[in-house]
Amino acid sequence: MLSYIIRRLLQTIPILLAVALLIFVMFSVIPGTFASSMGDDGRGLLDAEVIERMNREFGLDDPVHIRFAKYVWQLVQFDLGHSFRSRQPVSQVIYERMWPSLQLSFAAMLFAIVVGVPLGFVAAMKPGSIIDMGSMVLAVSGLSLPKFWLGLLLMYLFALHLGWLPSFGYGDGGLRHLILPAVALGVSPLALLARTTRAAVLDIMNADFVRTARSKGMSEARVIRWHLTRNAMVIVLTTVGLQFGSVIGQAVVVEKLFAWPGLGSLLVDSVSLRDIPVVQGCILAIVLFFLVVNLLVDVLCAIIDPRIKYT
Amino acid sequence: MGLRVNLWLGGVLFVAVVIAGVFAPWLAHTDPVLDANLMNAELPPGEEFWFGTDAQGRDIYSRVLYGARISLTVGIVSQLINTVIGVALGVSAGYWGGWWDDFVNGLTNMMLAIPSLIFALAIMAILSPGITSLLIALGLTNWSYTCRLSRASTLSLKSQGYVQAAKILGYGDARIMFTQILPNILGPIIVIGTLGMGGAVLAEAALSFLGLGIRPPYPSWGSMLSDARDQITTAPWISIFPGLAIFITVLALNLLGDGLRDILDPQSKARTA
Repeated sequence: MLSYIIRRLLQTIPILLAVALLIFVMFSVIPGTFASSMGDDGRGLLDAEVIERMNREFGLDDPVHIRFAKYVWQLVQFDLGHSFRSRQPVSQVIYERMWPSLQLSFAAMLFAIVVGVPLGFVAAMKPGSIIDMGSMVLAVSGLSLPKFWLGLLLMYLFALHLGWLPSFGYGDGGLRHLILPAVALGVSPLALLARTTRAAVLDIMNADFVRTARSKGMSEARVIRWHLTRNAMVIVLTTVGLQFGSVIGQAVVVEKLFAWPGLGSLLVDSVSLRDIPVVQGCILAIVLFFLVVNLLVDVLCAIIDPRIKYT
Repeated sequence: MGLRVNLWLGGVLFVAVVIAGVFAPWLAHTDPVLDANLMNAELPPGEEFWFGTDAQGRDIYSRVLYGARISLTVGIVSQLINTVIGVALGVSAGYWGGWWDDFVNGLTNMMLAIPSLIFALAIMAILSPGITSLLIALGLTNWSYTCRLSRASTLSLKSQGYVQAAKILGYGDARIMFTQILPNILGPIIVIGTLGMGGAVLAEAALSFLGLGIRPPYPSWGSMLSDARDQITTAPWISIFPGLAIFITVLALNLLGDGLRDILDPQSKARTA
């Protein structure tokens, strides 16, 4: 198991490097630099002299291959460079924004799991029933809802109309500020989890080992606990891991809507300001987070299901 | 039995959205961009303005109709690009194997590690806002599932008798891929493509909402919602209708995808992403 974890960790390195290269190449082909886009706000361009000085200061007048070599060398030392805008180290900027983002993503996922999995389970127990139909209609609707629209509606109803919850911001980091964005973000993984759970449970219910268990007189409660739950858990966990990717992606929009001080809103702001080191750092941090979550999920699956062998 | 409901409901809704988009110039009451009139600003839905008016006094009903054009164009075209890329890479990797297969695999793994909305956002940062940029950003970032699926199916088809027979008959590689392999893997690919279209419509709306897709004053549902946020206390209807339009369009595509899967790809289980 340990060697598997280590090997998987090592496998993430080439992926991270490839992502770093890709992002670097992408942002090297854009015409103009941070300095020349600074005047792009309608107040006219900066002086050519100022642009040149800024480019020199940020090392932007070096040839591309030298810039990439420098970038990789810094990356190996865990140095993500300095923000063009605030001149702070990127790692520090990201570190400050990471916690709210993690909070939001995990809260959304928790909400999705706590509601979605039982919903799918109940639906599968009585296939074709009203509960089944109802929950599947809810699931396909949940998958089709734009998160920021749902967020707007939630904001209108619970914050502005009823006044139960704060409408936006991070506040003191308490739960009350977290609820609305987490629900908005969690609805589509919830819907997907409900569908996956339902399909998985239906599948397992028809499996041979469940029929055998029943025919040897095992009680329904034991069948569910021993055979169903463990088998379904592996599928559910895998879905959870994969869904983290889209949750982190969608978090960008939800964070922006709720003025949540996470990586997503940092990324959007840095993109519009062309603060490239921060953009690169954010994307690398997000990719790393996603890879680590999936590694954890795979390890958990192996613990739950001894049939999975990693050699 | 109940499965066909998906297909019909999805199909009817989708056709309705297509009609709204195609016939927008005839169905709309006013020009979506030019007919601003501050005297009519923020009127609630009523007889003259069915969906009300926005902060500039434009008719939201007309803007929502024209918005269908942008959403459908971006959704359909970007997903076609994704499908072509995914199928081309997947089938050729599965068929040829070797270093090309390793390369495509590596590329796919990398794509799977970057959340597609984040990747599209990064591309939009490079390009200027507009519909062409959106097509590129969304068309290049969501092909990994199609690619994986095409590769896996090609691998299993490669050893089939009829593919071997075609080889012995002297068919070229391209001809085998097109006439022997492609028709047999098309079903699941159409399903993924349809569901992906819904995803692309959502992604376009999200990017436009963030100000990185279609910019105001052009009537994209996403950018309309981004404007509407500021008036949510005084004029909530500005937020309702564009969002509803996105919801209906994506719902239609998801239902259609589910319905098509029941017909074209009966063995497959729940979608994983």
